Amino acid sequence: MALENAAVLERVQARFGQAVLGTGEFRGTLALQLRPDTLPDVAAFLREDPELQYILLANVCGVDYLGREPRFEVVYHFTSLMHNHRIALKVGADEDDPRVPSIAREFPTATFQEREVYDMFGIIFDGHPDLQRILMPEDWDGFPQRKTEPLVYEEVAFTFNHDEIDAQKPYAKE
Amino acid sequence: MSVAQRPAPQLHAGVSATDVATANIRYPSSAEVVAAARQITVPSPRQVIEANARRAQSGTLDESMVLNMGPQHPSTHGVLRLVVELAGETVVQLAPDVGFLHTGIEKTMEAKNYQKAVVLTDRTDYLGPMINNLVYALAVEQLLDCQIPPRAQVARVLFSELTRINSYLVWLGTHALDLAAMSVFLYAFREREMLLDIFELTSGARMMTSYIRPGGLAYDLPVEFKPTVQHFLSLMPSRIDEYEALLTENPIWKERTVGVGILNAADALALGVTGANLRAAGVPYDVRKAFPYSGYENYDFQVITAQNGDVYDRYLVRIAEMREAVNIAQQALDNLPDGPYATSDRKIWPPPKEEITHSMESLIHHFKLWTEGFKPPVGDAYVTVESGRGELGCYVVSDGSNKPWRCHFRAPSFITLQAVPHMSKGNLIADLVASLASLDPVLGEVDR
Repeated sequence: MALENAAVLERVQARFGQAVLGTGEFRGTLALQLRPDTLPDVAAFLREDPELQYILLANVCGVDYLGREPRFEVVYHFTSLMHNHRIALKVGADEDDPRVPSIAREFPTATFQEREVYDMFGIIFDGHPDLQRILMPEDWDGFPQRKTEPLVYEEVAFTFNHDEIDAQKPYAKE
Repeated sequence: MSVAQRPAPQLHAGVSATDVATANIRYPSSAEVVAAARQITVPSPRQVIEANARRAQSGTLDESMVLNMGPQHPSTHGVLRLVVELAGETVVQLAPDVGFLHTGIEKTMEAKNYQKAVVLTDRTDYLGPMINNLVYALAVEQLLDCQIPPRAQVARVLFSELTRINSYLVWLGTHALDLAAMSVFLYAFREREMLLDIFELTSGARMMTSYIRPGGLAYDLPVEFKPTVQHFLSLMPSRIDEYEALLTENPIWKERTVGVGILNAADALALGVTGANLRAAGVPYDVRKAFPYSGYENYDFQVITAQNGDVYDRYLVRIAEMREAVNIAQQALDNLPDGPYATSDRKIWPPPKEEITHSMESLIHHFKLWTEGFKPPVGDAYVTVESGRGELGCYVVSDGSNKPWRCHFRAPSFITLQAVPHMSKGNLIADLVASLASLDPVLGEVDR
């Protein structure tokens, strides 16, 4: 009853030929590149199909491939407990208007994870119950894990540069 | 149903497709999970506050008010803020608000090369540092397609199990402390001191060891390692008996935990809950059996499940898993082979220092590894391990350079926190404390 990557791919492509933009297999894991609007249907199919039964959505995360078109990517990892098999779905999002359909209503585990991807990368999940920031404060401006954002906003103060840094602080003008 | 009439926790020798066919193991069907998923919502703090404000405006408010539990609170297991709408002592709705411990670990790892980034991994789930090291090391090794020698594999299993015992001792102590059983806390931490001494003996650090690195172990095991660990493992079963003697048949404990915080299997899977929380609901999913790593397929151990999914069951499952962890650690210690403690691939792990004086290639490898670090091929890898909290995953993306392009931790606590609103709706706030403790969140990995 073990699932093979080739069998899974064939089953998905038979049903969603148009949706699969690309496939890859790296170190034994099958990854399917999907058209964004087809994501909810493919995810539902993976979960409900009697042969596949990927009932656990394990992971949702965002990646910023700066310099590539589409710039952002959201990766979903599904696990089939019955078959001990894992598959990855990848959905691209453009730089100008990064939008991906949300699957949080069908997969409640994605609620927090999609909020984290929004918070860190600025990707809007259409249909999410409440896409609020989760890790950063609610009034934060910017999307920290984008490659265009700096890692540190302030220079680290040591004894040798403490006075210089102090002189540039707003309170030093008084 | 009284506790005496409840079915006892079950032990499963292994979970394979053939076991699914027997009556004992039944995974929820996807239809059940879909039905459960459509019933469950995970509110955000804004939704709870606004819903309460709307009810206050329209006059249908029934004495309920919105209060903060946390972020500074002795029973929220870290800096967790729960926005709770309470009607008297009953929870109407609640939303977890996280992010108080967010330190940008994932973004910082993108700025460091693969070897240096391992020190950041200790700090996500700070109660299970070696397991975090392991998941990161396994992900990077999968990218590199690197082979690990047997001594390192067995030592990794041994340290994973010791770390699991460490994590469960803290869980037990703090869970009991939340329910006012203070002695258990002190006893658990007494055993934990022995474990921290073992970690200090091997790696130099009590907690943030960074001992398991991509390529193998940081240092070889010291000479006194075997007798010290053996002493601990011989002592541990009787200590676990002590904890059980204090709690398992204790009527106050049972009053506070039986029937409280029920999370059934379909709800748990819809919410992505894994680990002991899922096993207590009856689903025998253990990453060590489903996706074995580091040679776990060679060890003889059981997957423990319970049937009811309440706080008491989670307690029983974790106590039994502590015993299994001692068992696996004993097997690992007995079978610890001699040999190298890291891979012999010089592109990944430096050569022994003595060779540099007479071998030019060794010198060059040493130089490249220290200045630049290794460069895995372009690709991505998602590797999971069984941590004290559930399925801990590490997703690493490589762009061919010496720094990870993206490193994301699938933190089980972050995902398990989504179950808190569902578990506590309509129940008492005292039960909320018990349920939250039994889910065992660690805010370091929730926020990263």
